Amino acid sequence: MLYDLLFAPFADFSFMRRALVACLALALGCAPVGMFLLLRRMSLLGDALSHSVLPGAAVGFLLGGLSLPAMGLGGFVAGLTVALLSGLVTRFTALREDANFAAFYLISLASGVMIVSAHGSNVDLMHVLFGSVLAVDDLSLLLVASIASVTLLGFALLYRPLVAECFDPGFLRAAGGGGAWVHLAFLVLVVLNLVAGFQALGTLMAVGMMMLPAAAARMWARGLWSLVAVAALIAFASGYAGLVLSFHFELPSGPAIVLVAGGVYLLSLLFGRVGGVLTRLIRPAHFEA
Amino acid sequence: MILRLDDVTLGYDRHPAVHHLSGTFAPGRLTAVIGPNGAGKSTLLKGIKGLVPLLGGHIALSAAERARIAYLPQQAELEPGFPISVLDVVLLGHWRRTGAFGGIAPEARAAAAAALAAVGLPGFERRAIGSPSLGQRQRVLFARLMLEDGPVILLDEPFAAIDARTCDDLMTVVQHWGDEGRTVIAVLHDLDLVRRAFPFTLMLAREAVAWGPTETVLVPDNLERLRHSSAAWDESPVLCPRGRSDAV
Repeated sequence: MLYDLLFAPFADFSFMRRALVACLALALGCAPVGMFLLLRRMSLLGDALSHSVLPGAAVGFLLGGLSLPAMGLGGFVAGLTVALLSGLVTRFTALREDANFAAFYLISLASGVMIVSAHGSNVDLMHVLFGSVLAVDDLSLLLVASIASVTLLGFALLYRPLVAECFDPGFLRAAGGGGAWVHLAFLVLVVLNLVAGFQALGTLMAVGMMMLPAAAARMWARGLWSLVAVAALIAFASGYAGLVLSFHFELPSGPAIVLVAGGVYLLSLLFGRVGGVLTRLIRPAHFEA
Repeated sequence: MILRLDDVTLGYDRHPAVHHLSGTFAPGRLTAVIGPNGAGKSTLLKGIKGLVPLLGGHIALSAAERARIAYLPQQAELEPGFPISVLDVVLLGHWRRTGAFGGIAPEARAAAAAALAAVGLPGFERRAIGSPSLGQRQRVLFARLMLEDGPVILLDEPFAAIDARTCDDLMTVVQHWGDEGRTVIAVLHDLDLVRRAFPFTLMLAREAVAWGPTETVLVPDNLERLRHSSAAWDESPVLCPRGRSDAV
């Protein structure tokens, strides 16, 4: 019974196994990205960027069909263009970066919808917007796994400048700068992971695997790497549970995964041991010193 | 390292915050910079560090020398909730030697632990930077400054909102830097502290009101002039006749 419920879908169907591996790769890549987005107070910026990959993904879809490499490349170019344009306009005008991101992502999103509706069908649009982790083929899986590997290596390499840039940007400026390059490299990693995420979750919810586990992890851990580890664990567990739910109840897989992650987030808000609601209500006896 | 300013004008968008300042900070000398808000004290430190453009004049520093200057900004724009340890923050002090990607040797860790002990925070290595109090955080930043090992150390209001004991402890560190031959330039508001601990003072109100041994600078006449110095913003200033055309 338990076996049928929890393991049989993956033992019996290769598309479920591939989806599970994709979720594992996504969890590993998205956890550090989401955590740094959260710590840099850029949670909504990630969302804006995720919407901005749409026109690129749409062009890739129209040219290459339902192929993650084609859609991924298009999405990557579109996302990076929006990030770069926002950064450049911020540097040369009085507008702040969040305003420019909002402006460019809206232009980008509308262009994407326009492209899809002019040249494709509603079904195509639904696919790009909502993705389908169950349709991940071997090539897509390889792409998602590669992105996760590049992300982990990238964070290992960028760790110190990223921490300096988040924690004390003034110090980094005084130490010789380079903050703009660190920021750009980080945005590249964000866009790469959004590209990996949209096959599974679609452009609308690609940040789901990043932000919800990261926000939930903040309620359980304190150190940077334990936060990332907890976020990865929550992301993978959400992926697994979302897939099982979607299999048994014939639910769309993307929303199922994001909703499970959302459930974990809500539970963490209540029960999390680092600043959760209950720990604030229950005041245990304090120490002498 | 001798730090010489030659007719230095610093500011933003052609508006000087520091006007035609000339003088020398000799090695091992502790100099306090005092003046009202808006007098250009922070701008002067940023200008020396190269974070604010020169509108005129010259600071005799090579790029390599400037990189070695240690700088503690006013109320460092820290993100105190950031989940890293006190040790990680102090280790950033090795940046000039490790760069963004270099490894950190065990000796460097030992030096960081020793610096923490020297600022009165032994055993704080693994604490999260968010947990210490404001004073303790300033001690952590002083430990980082120690690791930076700069021949010139710039401190912008290092003791603002800090209790007396922390201030005393950190002043011991500052005095030790002076004994080691390092040049320390500190923006301060506490004139008693300046009289007590800083042999030299630069009194600034956009221009130098006085610069020299503290006992000759902190005299009633100068303090009176400082009180009457204007910090008003002029909407339509005329071009400074002392500014060279290439400086505008």
